[in-house]
Order: sequence, then structure tokens, then C-alpha cells
Amino acid sequence: MTTTTSVQEDEAPVRAMWRQGLEVFCENRLALVGVAIFALLAAFSFLGPIFYHTDQVHTDLAKVFLSPGTAGHPLGTDGVGYDQLGRLMVGGQTSIVVGLAAGLLATVVGTVWGAIAGFAGGWADAVMMRVVDAMMSIPALFLFMLMASIVTPTVPMLIVIIGAFAWLGPARLVRGEALTLRTREYVMAMRGMGGTGGRAVRRHIIPNAIGTVTVNATFQIADAILYVAYLSFLGLGVPPPAANWGGMLSDGLSDTFSGHWWLLYPPGIAIILIVLAFNFIGDGLRDVFEVRLRRR
Amino acid sequence: MSLLRLVDLSTDIALRRGTVHALDQVNLEVRQGETLGIVGESGSGKTMTVLSIMGLLPPGGQVVGGQILFDGRDLRSLPAEELRRVRGVEMGMVFQDPLTSLNPTMRIGAQVAEPLRVHQGLSKAEARERAIEILRRVGMPRPDKIVDNYPHQLSGGMRQRVVIAMALIRSPRLLIADEPTTALDVTTQRQILELIDDLREEFKMAVILVTHDLGVIASRADRVAVMYAGRVVETATTAELFRSPRHRYTQALMNALPESATDGRLYSIPGLPPDLSRPLTGCRFAPRCRFATDECRTTDVRLITDVAAAAEARSTVDAAQAHQFACLHPVTEAVAIAGSAAAPRAVTGKADTILSVRELVKEYEAGGDGFGRSPGRVSAVAGVSFDVKAGETLGIVGESGCGKSTVGRLVAGLETPTGGQIVIDGTDIAGLDRRARHSMHRQVQLMFQDSYAAMNPRMRIDAILAEPLEIQQVGDSAARRNRISQLLDQVGLSRRALERYPHEFSGGQLQRIGLARSLALEPRLIVADEPVSALDVSIQAQVLNLMRDLQTELGLSYVFISHDLSVVDYMADRIGVMYLGKLVEVGPAREVVRAARHPYTQALIDAVPSPDPSHSPGPSTAIRGELPSAVNPPTGCRFRTRCPLAQDICATEPPLQGGAHQVACHFPLRQESVA
Repeated sequence: MTTTTSVQEDEAPVRAMWRQGLEVFCENRLALVGVAIFALLAAFSFLGPIFYHTDQVHTDLAKVFLSPGTAGHPLGTDGVGYDQLGRLMVGGQTSIVVGLAAGLLATVVGTVWGAIAGFAGGWADAVMMRVVDAMMSIPALFLFMLMASIVTPTVPMLIVIIGAFAWLGPARLVRGEALTLRTREYVMAMRGMGGTGGRAVRRHIIPNAIGTVTVNATFQIADAILYVAYLSFLGLGVPPPAANWGGMLSDGLSDTFSGHWWLLYPPGIAIILIVLAFNFIGDGLRDVFEVRLRRR
Repeated sequence: MSLLRLVDLSTDIALRRGTVHALDQVNLEVRQGETLGIVGESGSGKTMTVLSIMGLLPPGGQVVGGQILFDGRDLRSLPAEELRRVRGVEMGMVFQDPLTSLNPTMRIGAQVAEPLRVHQGLSKAEARERAIEILRRVGMPRPDKIVDNYPHQLSGGMRQRVVIAMALIRSPRLLIADEPTTALDVTTQRQILELIDDLREEFKMAVILVTHDLGVIASRADRVAVMYAGRVVETATTAELFRSPRHRYTQALMNALPESATDGRLYSIPGLPPDLSRPLTGCRFAPRCRFATDECRTTDVRLITDVAAAAEARSTVDAAQAHQFACLHPVTEAVAIAGSAAAPRAVTGKADTILSVRELVKEYEAGGDGFGRSPGRVSAVAGVSFDVKAGETLGIVGESGCGKSTVGRLVAGLETPTGGQIVIDGTDIAGLDRRARHSMHRQVQLMFQDSYAAMNPRMRIDAILAEPLEIQQVGDSAARRNRISQLLDQVGLSRRALERYPHEFSGGQLQRIGLARSLALEPRLIVADEPVSALDVSIQAQVLNLMRDLQTELGLSYVFISHDLSVVDYMADRIGVMYLGKLVEVGPAREVVRAARHPYTQALIDAVPSPDPSHSPGPSTAIRGELPSAVNPPTGCRFRTRCPLAQDICATEPPLQGGAHQVACHFPLRQESVA
């Protein structure tokens, strides 16, 4: 119907964006190691109890401080007779669930808040970001302790408490992204079509900030796991008989000088491994979203 | 005798997947005191050639074969220390973007003198003296002040002078300039090119001038090498090359220039350059060549010497100067460029006025401190008035900072004017409420310079093309899909494009998609802001032809904004020339370009390098100096500070006056020609 040049064919196969991303991710060895570690720890915590039955509710004072290798207790028992290996699994469940949920909650809230502030600009931005600044000026750990001593920490409560303070980081980050993204020409093009601010945030700002957000989310999860550990270490975690790695570490520390190393090292190593795993995954994702690697 | 000779130079660049064979057996020669122009489109290997010489290849890049003979010695076999000295002392390089090739945290003097301190160990005071001296020689005003400035305090042209000074301070024997003026305005470009010419004679050095612009080559180079897909396809003296190009690619390039349009159409080279990471057989231009035969596709075509020309030249120059080309079916007919003007298109005189702009004013606060205090107001657009009729193209030309893009954004409704009226189809868009504004966007759409930047990289093409329809709630999803397919047909792209992402397309294809998106809402007016300035000549011709075809087919009007006079001349029915926020001249395209009335327009026209070496640039109306600041623009005629004709009366503002060809000048160069 037109007199223009012939249709331009291009034989390169259509490649989905996620598939290219997966390839880049897989090229980062450490990221794969991270995924493997996380998968192992998650399987250990959630699938482990199916194969390895232990009683993590009733104490057994007849079997306290059994050393590893004792029949039926490969990792020994703790000061009230819980099997240490079984306890690591149960504790892992709490740490992983709280870490993931709090990290994601913080990321979602922070992203939306930051994107709106950054795109709106002006006084809305000023007010929204001063709220963030004000909350950031209070030491988080101090607030956690305060909150945790007011309310009884249950798992959902822990998620909300940690999430309520951890969103500040992503909010600042995404606001910075939004400030640069809103001046992009594709946002201008959209306004030229008569599009509104809401659409800009939904279709353009957040999808383009998603790289930064995802990378940050992995670090948020790692941080949240550490926060659970801190709180439990200070005795403000979920109350017994529930367990988590931070609490176990705290208990184990008091027994250091008794030579009960099996109470200290396993939870400590587990925390280090899972935090490391998420940091590796975050690095891999950063490569994926690095657009410069993509455009050639 | 030759200063630099490349013998079968091959360079590879290792990428994430595969290897790009960026250069394939390139042979070139530069003689002492001569300027060699290397011309080619992006990806042709012209920049890779000079980077290979300088040893500045990007990560993964490596010279894999051949020799780089500098003064008879092969650089590839020199020890590292000696190589560093040769490259640092005997060669100098000028890069394209003067903004990024200067360190923003170092004073000009320290940067210019850095090579002296590194290679000769001069003291600070001595180095400063030498820096001032060299800055004076590159024509820098007040060099003793400038040495203590930082790069951001200088304009683009001044910065490029600093970069040239840096390259010259060791008195190199070879100066390599890679697109030295591409980032600059035409009037500044002319100053810089003249400077390089003068310095070449003064320093008796050889110059390699790399550019995509045939005009720059024609006016400045002694010899030219044309590159395509990593190979030299033709080399000859400049006069010879432009008089009788032999390679079909060279011919196609010249035909694609807007200056050589015949019957209102440009010759466009179909297709895209080949992918250099794949093995290629035969002539690399064959898939895009009109004259290609099976032989071209299968045999490896080497550079051969033009027998007739060589015989004629033997008496005066040696064989290396001969006209060489790599083509089995060389051009034998004469090629004519320039002079054949675009045919004036008949726009019916009684067409409706679709856009009418009256006394448009836009001012910005100049860098306030956030507490309401501001050093002044930037006057970006100051009282501009024009009309656009249905089916007509109005071209707006001017140098960077003249406010042409601001006018475009105001008309497209992206910014609100400080004053004046923009009447589209009888309604003033400044006074619209939200809802009316929303639907106003159906009438006017914007086309961007860089379509890649104007498309969300995370959206597929189908989503990108559907966006305007979704925003304006046109049709249901089936109707939208139909419309999108229809749009792709109109711009000549395959349906397979729909599932792809913007980064998978080339510049020309992206520009087609951008045009398709602008057309989605069936607007009556498209504001095209520099739509082809990021494209190569051959691709530019494709896009320009497409824009014209769609205009005839759909009855569109364009406001075509560009800094490139030849492109505007080809596209526009009428041209408006802007200078510092004011429209200084408006008239029919032919007359504005061929019988300019404003001295500024004339200066712009004279500064455009002509792709015809017989056209020697006349020095008469060359303007000097820099664009004044728009914060406190000159009173009266804003051009008077640089105008060769300025008198006292110019301090009062000249009105835009005349019939069809209006000019705002107290001393117009010509009387309006009677139509």
C-alpha cells in the first residue's frame, strides 16, 4: 500500500528477554553457587524434618549437652536436650521465612513510595522523603528492641517490624532512579501521547527500576535474616520452643567456654552461608540487568 | 614519501559471543604534509583503523595481522617503551566529543601540558608557559586566562580547540582527528576545520581526518579512502573521487545525499551493512548493490588500480597516488551531485492552516539556588510566530541553543508557554483544560532524534506501538492489533518486529518504528525533532523518503526541526531560521537556501561544507565567535554582536517583515524576489 522500500527481514531468531538474562546469570559462577547454597539450605530446613524426625517441643533434661556423634544425635543436643540437627532445620525455617517475607515487604513498599516521590517531584517528593529521613535518623536496632519488648514477637509480627524499617533503603534508592527515569525521552514520548503520571510510574518508571530493585531485594533479604538473628541474639526473637538461627547462636555463645562448640558453629555457619548466598545471587542479577552487556 | 603505511592490517574484536572482524586487510598510506580523509558509515571500520594505529582498541580488540609502518618501522614489532614514545610524541589524536575527552577536574593548562610533564619532565612553570603558547596558536582568545579555567567553563568549540592544542603540544608528525567536528555546530565546525588546515601547514604534519560527512572530506582532504564493512573499497585524490567515483558504494553514498535529490526523491541504499562477525564471501556491498552479479557474490574483490587514470597520472605522481577501487562493475557514467535542487512541491495555496503560532514566548529560571533567587531568566523562545498549512512541511533550522527544540516541545504540548498562542485547528492549546488537552495530543505527535532513547527498553515493539492507542482509548484490543500491523506495513517493517525489543533494531529501523508510533493516532501534524541526525547517509535517505511518502499518502503536516540545512532544504516547503530564540527569516525553502536575506542565514549556508571540492568556501560571510548567552541576550537584533553588517540601528529590534519571504533585519542582503 505504500511506495516505500521492501519489507526489511531480519533472520535472527526472536529471543525472549528472560532467556538472554538467564544466560548472563549462568555465566556468573558465584551466582550459581549462591543459588545452590540457598537451595540446599532451604531443602535442609523444609524437607529435612520429613526424613529426620526429632522432638523440638518437649525438653529432655536427661539428654543435655550430648556431644556430636552420640547415637541418634549426629550434631549432639543443646542445654535443654533438643536435638541440634533437628533444631537447625526448624530454626532455618523461621529465618528463611522471616527473611524472605520481610525483605520482599520492604522492597515492595519502598519501591512504590520511592517511585511516586521521585516521579512527582516538588513538595510531594520533599514531604515523602523527609519522612524517610526522619525514620532513618533513628537507629533501627534500637527501635527493633523497643518494639520487640512492647509486643510479643511472633513470626508475622517479626516480618512486619523488620519490614516497617527496612523499606527506607529501597525507597531512597528507587527515588534516585525515578528522578533520572522521569527525564527519559520515553516518558516524554508518553506524555506527548497524553499519558498521565500514574501510567508513567506503572509502565515506565517501575519496570525500568526493576533491575535495581531486584538486586537490592536480595540484599534486603540477607539483611532481614541478619536482623532476625540480631533480635534473637538479644533475646527478643520468637520465644521458645520456636527456634531460629540467631537465637541458637545466642544460646550457643553462652556455652562457648564449656567447650560446647557444636552449639555455636552450626548456626553461625548457616547464617553466614545464607547471607553470602543472597549476596552472590544479587551480584548475578546485577549482571543480568546491566543493559550495557545486553546491547550488542 | 609516506609517513604512515598500513599493510594488510586486520583487527578483531572479541565480544561475548563470537568475534567481530572489524578490519580486514586494510591498506592505506599517508604522506608527509597531506590530509587523508577516511569516510564511511558507522561500523565501516574507519574509527577502528585509527584506534589500531594509536593502540587504543576497546577491550577485546586486537590487531591480528598486517603491518603498521610509521616512518618505515613496523609499530607492531617495536618494544613497548619505544612504542609508547612514538605514539605519545610523534602522533596526536583528537576525539569526537570534546566534553568527554577532557578531565573535568583538571585546569586547562595542566591538561594541555600533561604530555610535556610526562615525556619531557618540564617544571610546572615551564609547562604553563608552553601551554599558553600552544593555546594562542590554536586561536584561543585570552590564553593566559584560559589556562586556569576548567573545561566546563568553555563552549564546545573552545573545548575542541583545547583538545587540538593537547594533541599538538609535542609537535607530532601525524595528527589523527576522529570526527573532530561531528558534535559541533556548522559555524564552529568551519572554524575548527580551518584551524586544522592552518596548523597542518604550520607544523608540516600529516593529518588523518575521519568522518562520515562527505562534505567535510570534499573541502579539506587531499586524498580520500572510502571504507565499507571493514575494508577500503576505493581510494583516490579528492578531486578525482568526487569527479568520477568508480566503486558502486561510493556512487550510492553520493546519490543518497540530500543535495543530489532528483525529482523529489533520494536514492536510498536498501538493506543494512553486513554483520562482521559472520564469514563473508565476495564483495561485501553486493547484497545492497544494484549492479551486483553472481560473480560479485562469489569472488573476493581486491583493490585494483584504475588503469586509465594511472597512465594519465604516472608522469606527476607515483603509483600510490593512483585511483584504486575494489569493484567488478565500476561506475563509468558521470555522477552529478549538488546543484540539482529538490523539486519544489506544489502545496495548494488555499490549504487550511493547521497550526498557527503567535508571539510564542518561553522562559526558564536560570539555575536558581532553590530559595527563589535566580540570577536571571533564560529566554529560550522570544516571540516566535509562524503558520503551518495542511500537507505542508515547515523546516526549522538553527544551531544548538537557538530554541528550535523548545518550539517543537511547546507545539507538541509537552511544555506550557510563558506567553503567546499556539492555535491548532482553531483552538489555542494553552487555554485548554485537562480533558481537552488529553485529546489535543491526537492532533499533534512528536518524532524523536534518538528513537532508542524514546522507547522503553523493557517494552516489546507491540506494546510500544499500542501505547498511544491505549492512552487515548482507541478501539478494543483486536482493533489495536490490526492498527499496529497496518502501521508496520506503512513503515515497511516485518510483523516479526512485534515480538522484539528496541535494542534488537538498527538506528534506521528504530526511526521507522518511532514514525509508526507517531502515526498511530492518525495525527494531522508531526513535530519531528532532528529525526535523521543520528543516522548514516544511506539510512537517512530511507527515512526521509518514507516520511515524504507518508506525507503524500496521509496528508500530514510536518514541523521538521534540524541543524542540517541540506536535509531541511530537501524536506521542507518553507524554512524558518532561528537564532537565539528568535525567528530571523521565514520563506519558501528554495528562496531561503538560494537567496538568503538575513546575514545569519547566509553565514549558515556558507559554513555547510559542500560535497563538491570545486566549491571553495568563500570567506566573505564567515561568522566568528560564540553564541551569546540566552540569560541576558543582546538587545535589539540578537545577531548584531556577531553580524558583519551591524550598525547602531541594530540595537532596536527589527520586525519580521516581507511577503512570502520574511526577514527580521535592518539590512537584508537581498530584496525579496518577486515570485
